[in-house]
Amino acid sequence: MSEQSKPARPLSPHIQIYRWTLTMMLSILHRATGVALYAGTALMAWWLLAAATGPDAYALVQDVSSAWYGRLVLFGYTWALFHHMFGGIRHFIWDTGRGFDLKHVEILARVTAFVPPVLTLGVWVAAYVYLGVYNG
Amino acid sequence: MADMRTPLSRARGLGSAKKGTEHFWMQRVTALANIPLMMFLVGALVVHAGSDYTTMTGFLGNPFVGVLMLLLIFSACYHMRLGLQVVIEDYIHGEATKLLALIANQFFTLTIAVACALAVAKLVIG
Repeated sequence: MSEQSKPARPLSPHIQIYRWTLTMMLSILHRATGVALYAGTALMAWWLLAAATGPDAYALVQDVSSAWYGRLVLFGYTWALFHHMFGGIRHFIWDTGRGFDLKHVEILARVTAFVPPVLTLGVWVAAYVYLGVYNG
Repeated sequence: MADMRTPLSRARGLGSAKKGTEHFWMQRVTALANIPLMMFLVGALVVHAGSDYTTMTGFLGNPFVGVLMLLLIFSACYHMRLGLQVVIEDYIHGEATKLLALIANQFFTLTIAVACALAVAKLVIG
């Protein structure tokens, strides 16, 4: 937009003006996790293609996914998945017209923020238990 | 010829993008499908943590697993195409850049879907 065509009206304040709230952070995180999950499907494609290609290709996937950085990415991916899923379920509730009053908005926000990390840890504890079963 | 339809009947079911509610609806349908399908994948990966190549390919080669994996791939790729489309439309304002980004979004999601589906097909059919 050229300088001349810019309206002289004041613009509405952007996010940095407002006090941060949990609901606002969750809205941003829902998008961010969505984009991260999007990019991460390339890793899923790599995993499946490697499995279909053969043992050597698959060994590389195993090396990377069992390294600390690979585990870190997968851990983050697990959390992003649960976070996005709970955000989506929250949207389903809103789709029915329910949960818009402030009290329920805050309750839903807390569930969406705090349940996914717990589930993520649960999944990883379970995964390490199975890892122990295989190795032991 | 003059359009005899009322403005309301022209707008009904279409909206400003002339695509109706399909985007919204398919985003919800695929979101719903993604929940059980992703739970299946997460559960399968947990159970197979540390399992070797033979065990893993044996599992992925099971036709029942293959069906679930294909459904997951298509539902997830459809969902993420719709999702990133909205992100692009919200943040990229230059017309040419926006079009290119939207096309790249179509290419990327379809490539992931085809790559994953082909891999699953090979694992099942051999």
